[in-house]
Amino acid sequence: MQDDVLLLGGHEFHSRFILGSGKYSLRLIKAAVEYAGAELITLAVRRANTKEQESILDFIPEGVTLLPNTSGARNAQEAVRIARLARELGCGDFVKVEIMRDTRYLLPDNAETVRATEILAKEGFVVMPYMYPDLNTARDLVNAGAASVMPLASPIGSNKGLATKDFIQILIDEIDLPIIVDAGIGRPSQACEAMEMGAAAVMCNTALATAGDLPMMADAFRKAVDAGRKAYLSGLGRVLMRGGEPSDTLTGFLR
Amino acid sequence: MVKVNGIETAAAGKSIRMLVEDGGYRCDHVAVERNEEIVPKTQYDTTIAQEGDVIEIVQFMGGGQ
Repeated sequence: MQDDVLLLGGHEFHSRFILGSGKYSLRLIKAAVEYAGAELITLAVRRANTKEQESILDFIPEGVTLLPNTSGARNAQEAVRIARLARELGCGDFVKVEIMRDTRYLLPDNAETVRATEILAKEGFVVMPYMYPDLNTARDLVNAGAASVMPLASPIGSNKGLATKDFIQILIDEIDLPIIVDAGIGRPSQACEAMEMGAAAVMCNTALATAGDLPMMADAFRKAVDAGRKAYLSGLGRVLMRGGEPSDTLTGFLR
Repeated sequence: MVKVNGIETAAAGKSIRMLVEDGGYRCDHVAVERNEEIVPKTQYDTTIAQEGDVIEIVQFMGGGQ
C-alpha cells in the first residue's frame, strides 16, 4: 500500500477521501481534515461579503491542496470565469468544474461541462469535472484534457448513495482516468462500496455536515474508504451463483 | 458611480487596492474583476476605477456539494 498513489494532473496524493467545506462551521474544518485524512478540500468562490470577515483560508491546515469549484455556474462561460478568478486567488491550478442549469435536482449539464473542461485544460488547469455518469461524456472529457472524471452517485446533498452504481462501474471499467465518485454518498458503507468497485477516490460534504458528530463521521469515512480500497486492490472473492462450498475439507471424516 | 459587488458606490478615482481595503478585505485573500477582466494583484495600485465600471471582489468560502 506504500506506493498506492492517486495521481491528479501530475500531483501525488495518498488520501482517497476528498472533503467538501460547505454547510458547516469554519471551526470544524481543521478537525474534519485531520479525521478524514484529507489532502484535497473543495471551496467555492463568492462575492466578498463584509459581514464575513473571517477567511476560510485561515482555517485550512497547511499542506492541504485546495480544489475550488465553479458552483453557481450555469454554463461553460460562467464556469471558466469562476475558475480564472479562483486561480487569481493564488491557491493553485486545480478546479472542480460544476455546471448546473437544473435547480431542483442540481444535475450537472454534461455538454457545457465538456466545453468548460476543454477551455480550462488548455489554460493549464488541473480540471476535475463533476458529471452525470455517461460513458460518451466521459470519453469527451478525456479528450478535452480532464485530470479525472467525477460522476455523481445521487443528487447533490441527498445522502441517497449509489443510485447510479452500474453506470459508474462502466466508467471505472472503460475510462483510463481516476474516477472519483462525487455527490450523494451518505454513509461510510456507500463510500466503501464505491472504492470496492474500483473508484479512485470518493468525495463527501453533506454526509459529514449533516452528521451528529462531524469529526467522528470523518474518521468513519476515512476507514471505509481505506477498507474499500484495500478490498479492491486485493481482489474481491468470487460469488457462487448457486449452492454453497465448504471452507474446510475435514467435515467428511464422520461419514 | 462605480458598481462594487452589485452596489453603486462613489468610488470613481480610487485604486483597486483602496476599494479592497475600504471594504475591509485583505488583498491576498481576494480576486478582483473590473468589467469582467481580472485585475492582476500587481496592478491593484495602478488600476483606477472609472465612472461606470463594474467591479467584482470575490473570495473563497466553504463549498462542496
